[in-house]
Amino acid sequence: MLDDKDRVFTNLYGWESPSLNAAKKRGDWDNTASIIKKGRDGVIDEMKSSGLRGRGGAGFPTGLKWSFMPKGRDDRPHYLVINADESEPGTCKDRDILRNEPHKLIEGALIAGFAMGANTAYIYVRGEFYNESSNLWKAINEAYDAGLLGKNAAKSGWDFDIIVHRGAGAYICGEETALIESIEGKKGQPRNKPPFPAMAGLYSCPTTVNNVETIAVVPTIMRRGGKWFSSLGRDDKNAGTKLFCISGHVENPCNVEEVMGISLRELIDTHCGGVRGGWDNLLAVIPGGSSTPMLPKEICDSVNMDFDSLREVGTGLGTAGVIVMDKSTDIIQAICRLSQFYMHESCGQCTPCREGTGWIWRLMTRMVQGNATVEEIDQLFEITKEIEGQTICALGDAAAWPVQGLIKHFRPEMERRIMEYRKAAA
Amino acid sequence: MKKPFDLNADYQPEHFEFNKVYKKHMTDIIALYPKGKQQSAVMPLLDLAQRQVAQEGAAANPPYGGWVPRAAMDCIADILDMPRVKVYEVASFYSMYNTAPVGKYLVQFCTTTPCWLCGSDDIVKAATEHLGVGMGETTADGKFSLMEVECLGACVNAPMVQINDDYFEDLTPDNMRELLNILAEDMKPTIGSQTGRKASMSAAGPTTLKKQAKKAKVV
Ligand SMILES: Cc1cc2nc3c(=O)[nH]c(=O)nc-3n(C[C@H](O)[C@H](O)[C@H](O)COP(=O)(O)O)c2cc1C
Ligand code: SF4
Ligand code: FES
Repeated sequence: MLDDKDRVFTNLYGWESPSLNAAKKRGDWDNTASIIKKGRDGVIDEMKSSGLRGRGGAGFPTGLKWSFMPKGRDDRPHYLVINADESEPGTCKDRDILRNEPHKLIEGALIAGFAMGANTAYIYVRGEFYNESSNLWKAINEAYDAGLLGKNAAKSGWDFDIIVHRGAGAYICGEETALIESIEGKKGQPRNKPPFPAMAGLYSCPTTVNNVETIAVVPTIMRRGGKWFSSLGRDDKNAGTKLFCISGHVENPCNVEEVMGISLRELIDTHCGGVRGGWDNLLAVIPGGSSTPMLPKEICDSVNMDFDSLREVGTGLGTAGVIVMDKSTDIIQAICRLSQFYMHESCGQCTPCREGTGWIWRLMTRMVQGNATVEEIDQLFEITKEIEGQTICALGDAAAWPVQGLIKHFRPEMERRIMEYRKAAA
Repeated sequence: MKKPFDLNADYQPEHFEFNKVYKKHMTDIIALYPKGKQQSAVMPLLDLAQRQVAQEGAAANPPYGGWVPRAAMDCIADILDMPRVKVYEVASFYSMYNTAPVGKYLVQFCTTTPCWLCGSDDIVKAATEHLGVGMGETTADGKFSLMEVECLGACVNAPMVQINDDYFEDLTPDNMRELLNILAEDMKPTIGSQTGRKASMSAAGPTTLKKQAKKAKVV
């Protein structure tokens, strides 16, 4: 278990005020100028040594990503865009940062912005988080009033502005290029890549998109050192602390900061009071938000929660939104509901995704009843294969993977239900 | 993205304009974006229009909630110097802009898998039976519209609903009905957890940072 002294988010649950004064007492904004004195390369090197990988789902190394921003002089402004769209089912961690730790995010934005040569950050908050955006604006205004933002922010010599842009209900706007389109005042439809945002992003200017949690851990890493962060966790590729959201059939669902690589069982037993009805009542777990394939109990027994451990068992850490399902769960219905989600959220510009997500949902609906043939299970698998990798953005993959996970681990249950339906019909 | 919600009301007011207070907000919003990039303000302005309509509707008899009439979209197109169709596109792409009238309290039930695992079906059933209307419908007194939505990012506090700007979490059929009764009287219910839980902390009390918890008098 992570030691309290190594926790980044000490006000995760909002026991104390999110205000600037309270945040300062917790160590935020402590001589930020001295961090910026390390220079662009100094900051980026420290981030690289920390081993931090993006917390938005894909796990791309953060320091490396920042180094892609053009270094030389260019007359175009650079932008930092912070992804607070948080819409992946099972995920609710960024919300806690927005409402209870906004100053970690704001200070992190200044440091990250400086490291990539950006004088402006846009924070894109999902529209439904209205109270959270208001909170964030309040914290930003406090920072302006205290000279921590604006001209010569925090006496660092760097000018920095932050603007909050609210979304309006579209999961796809979490995809970084759709998010950029949305800030530009358009429908949130992902762009073809290349060009990548670091070359041509917001307003065709160099842009880096990072998740809220990624940016909010930056100040602590810079203060305590990359070595400290990389010393926590499984190894230097799976390092540091991580916010986990554990929902579903546990005694006490909650968010918690833990060490990367903690075992799934320890995570659930220590913080959630165990699986409802005991560990043996576990059926399956979706480990990293709805897009990641589920794991049956046998694997849950021993798996660790980090990028590579989960990849090795055919799934992923994703957003670390852990969805727990006990033996009472209709597992086919649980995945079918996700298929409905992806059909609803497809932006519609690629045919395989637009049509395929509908096909998957319709077939899944019949699988729930058992009103299908065994051959149709193979057909369903084929459809997911035809979407995977064939689309502009990863939503197509995200729609395919949960269903593939179901077929891989619960095919006998699907077949059993088909037989039962036949018997009842006969 | 398909619109999940359409009351099919063909009513459209002929005219829309931001009132004095909202005009000031409008100017502040446009100033947030770089010169020449004023199209970026289209989403915040649609939201602003919806809020102005909601404010008018809260006092009307019968009351109604926030929605964006066609005239407001046209008004925004003119303000931002955008083709009207571009504003219509944005308004119809994003699910939070209501393009037809809704009730004063828009109750949005999250039914995605994490909420469903925790009993969102029971919450939907309790509310629809209590109010006597179904999904996509509005009560006759104009007070409540119901709709189903996708994950609202509060899954560890499932099941939950959003009503206008606020989240109501850790629901049971009983506290759901109570919530609706409070709103029916236009009183202010407690926002957030309906069982008194602190944010996303375990309901059994803190498992971390116990010293801080003591200091903050959480335990
Ligand atoms: C369909 C889709 C939805 C996404 N939603 C989110 C989201 O809500 N929040 C987020 O931070 N990243 C989301 N992402 C990932 C972003 O595209 C991007 O990789 C991420 O914000 C990068 O930040 P990071 O490097 O800090 O992880 C999504 C990706 C896809 C394909
Ligand atoms: S994969 Fe789906 S969501 Fe992504 S761009 Fe294509 S149609 Fe849109
Ligand atoms: S599934 Fe309901 S809030 Fe996430």
